[in-house]
Amino acid sequence: MDDTILEMRRITKTFPGVTALEDVTLAVRRGEIHAICGENGAGKSTLMKVLSGVHPSGSYDGEILFDGRPMQFRGIRDSEANGIVIIHQELALVPHLSIAENLFLGNERRGRSGLIDWNRANADAAELLASVGLHENPVTPVIQLGVGKQQLVEIAKALSKKVRLLILDEPTAALNDVDSAHLLGLLRQLKAQGITCIMISHKLNEITAIADSTTVIRDGRAVETLDMRADDVTQQRIIRGMVGRDLDAFYPDRVSSPGEEVLRIEDWTVRHPTQDRMVVEGVGLSVRAGEVVGIAGLMGAGRTELAMSVFGRSYGRDISGRLFVHGREVKARSVAEAIDNGIAYVTEDRKRFGLNLIDDVRRNVSAAALARLARLGWVNGNEEIKVAEASRREMNIKAPSVMAVVGKLSGGNQQKVVLSKWLFTDPDVLILDEPTRGIDVGAKYEIYTIINRLVAEGKAVIIISSELPELLGMCDRIYTLAAGRITGEKPVGEATQESLMELMTKDKELVG
Amino acid sequence: MTTGTLTAGRARFRLPRRQIPVLATLALLLVMYGIGVSQYQAFSNVQVIFNIFIDNGFLLVVAVGMTFVILTGGIDLSVGSVVAMTAMVSASLLQKGLPAALVLVIALLIGPTLGLLMGCAIHFFEIQPFIVTLAGMFFARGMCTFISGSSIPISDGFWTRMSQERIGDPRGNFVSISVLIAFAVVAVAAYTLAYTRLGRNVYAIGGNPQSALLMGLPVGRTRIAVYTISGLCSAIGGILLSFYTLSGAPLIAVGMELDVIAAVVIGGTVLTGGSGYVFGTVLGVLVLGVIQTLITFDGSLNSWWTRIVIGGLLFAFILFQRLVGIRYK
Repeated sequence: MDDTILEMRRITKTFPGVTALEDVTLAVRRGEIHAICGENGAGKSTLMKVLSGVHPSGSYDGEILFDGRPMQFRGIRDSEANGIVIIHQELALVPHLSIAENLFLGNERRGRSGLIDWNRANADAAELLASVGLHENPVTPVIQLGVGKQQLVEIAKALSKKVRLLILDEPTAALNDVDSAHLLGLLRQLKAQGITCIMISHKLNEITAIADSTTVIRDGRAVETLDMRADDVTQQRIIRGMVGRDLDAFYPDRVSSPGEEVLRIEDWTVRHPTQDRMVVEGVGLSVRAGEVVGIAGLMGAGRTELAMSVFGRSYGRDISGRLFVHGREVKARSVAEAIDNGIAYVTEDRKRFGLNLIDDVRRNVSAAALARLARLGWVNGNEEIKVAEASRREMNIKAPSVMAVVGKLSGGNQQKVVLSKWLFTDPDVLILDEPTRGIDVGAKYEIYTIINRLVAEGKAVIIISSELPELLGMCDRIYTLAAGRITGEKPVGEATQESLMELMTKDKELVG
Repeated sequence: MTTGTLTAGRARFRLPRRQIPVLATLALLLVMYGIGVSQYQAFSNVQVIFNIFIDNGFLLVVAVGMTFVILTGGIDLSVGSVVAMTAMVSASLLQKGLPAALVLVIALLIGPTLGLLMGCAIHFFEIQPFIVTLAGMFFARGMCTFISGSSIPISDGFWTRMSQERIGDPRGNFVSISVLIAFAVVAVAAYTLAYTRLGRNVYAIGGNPQSALLMGLPVGRTRIAVYTISGLCSAIGGILLSFYTLSGAPLIAVGMELDVIAAVVIGGTVLTGGSGYVFGTVLGVLVLGVIQTLITFDGSLNSWWTRIVIGGLLFAFILFQRLVGIRYK
């Protein structure tokens, strides 16, 4: 065996109710670029959090050997002291401080008096920036830099900490092609300097281009580690490892009989709200009454962004494209207009965007269509309770009463409240974003049953999901989305997990 | 409240969580009143309670407006200055000989107009309410001294009648007209919050502004509305204050906004928004009034003790809200 810098042995990490990692073993050779890939929620980030001490020693089972010595990190500080630095997807820079101030935050360059020696700090910063190929003045505030350059500042910061193992979580997810290429070049350069690198990525073309080995994680288990140098490992080979999740989960049967087209978008393009890049580009799709259409895509593919931009332009800017409801073009410039046009969007993050957690079931159910219960601005409280009670019965919401506070309910029951709320707006199209995330198996089945009932009533449903079996089990048709573009459309009969994953990882710069 | 028992049959009896802070304030008020009654014979006189309302009617009205703002998660620091400005404008216009009815209309328009402007600044330019209303506070206070550097007495017939009119029972207990006006404001506000779409939107925005946006609720319009309502309540409060003092003074009601915020928070409204009741605010104002009265009855304590007690209570209530865990994160 080669010289191993890091060994994680039999790591098991559980959260209340879920096992995020089960018996994961990972070995990283000194000086290599080691890619980690897997579906959304497979446990990649959790594994890296265990490694970097975000999940402290003792909160997981198993052991970590770094340079052959067992490590027990109690926090990020411990792991950084040993030269392990993690760069998260959401960059952790202070926007209004300068590059130099950010580089030495918590690690300030002090002079003899004990005060910060800014001359030295800026000089050191300039040197670090040069080593990552960033030509900016160290006194420039970070907020003036684009994401790509901020990423480089993060790497420079890692270098200032004498990094020996650099962990990058989806480093190119938010970057444009030029910045991505520069970053990958820099990683090769760091490798030449002897810095070991672990990179989490969805972009298989990048992995095949740069990684020395690749570990595939699926459902909290390390499935396999592929040596990228020895075999000629193809993208298809990696995909085979990523998918293959069991299809044994049960989905209620449904007779499919699609009717008229209800919603169609054409050439839909959305720009990121703050950054200068397209999040959704030229997307076209349609859904018919009584049909369930799936959207499959990995993290950062633009699924939620697409849905929210269609839903009253609640995401992004410079939105262009055409939206048709029942064959008629509509504008839907605000959420209220979208609702009026019969569109409902069930968010993937119900706690943050879907519910008023400190209020009760009754008022959450009525909130989006209060006008239906009100005359001249006055709400009919008795009618409201009847509506909430009816939802509680039909949806089987397990709450002591409709006066129960929503924040106290389980995830599945909260989701039923969200669904009730949207059904009360009497929509024609329901866009369900990760409708079963964080929900236990029994409640999942209930949600599926509800979806089938709605479809039988003639509603059109779009499901966005990270779980391919869920899409294959529930949908009539599945679109795949990668880097903001539709890369494929398949009737469910012709789709397999492998074929979908292949489309989901199809990037535009396949030549690279 | 009226239909709360409809489905409670199967559930075990539990204190409704959202109402715990209000009930705690009620308990505190009863304890304080009990102390007063046990210590001082005259305290049990009904007129003592009536006097609290007479002395604090304007505070109550302003606190009601503040309740709307705080329920959305905002803050309005301009209320004390707007109260003073309204009183000043009234006194000055009456001195110039304008008819009382016209003066009332003008005085009642200024507050909500300023509130509307502040609300628009907060919504359209996405500026923090704290800083916008701080600017409003300085502006209104400055306007007071601009109108006159010293106090202006009011001798208008309507004003003196409103000031002196006593509405009482046969045993000689009485309240002023201002108290009735304050009660009317409380009633309208309570109904608005509980039974109108505006009220629901206020709670929804305070509870979770992002999900309110994604439900298509008129977040902007509601935000602007609450600051306008607060401005209107401040204007009414200013009129009531001028009834009470029969004058307009440039430096009256300095720091009142802080008393008002204290009353609202002690009344159980959560500063981060989304939870609270007008009824709680009434209790909060009463708590402040009872503390003042107790200290007056004692006679030996400096009136600044009111502040010390309020400080302690405020801290205790915020701690209490934390412990009861009104947030579910």
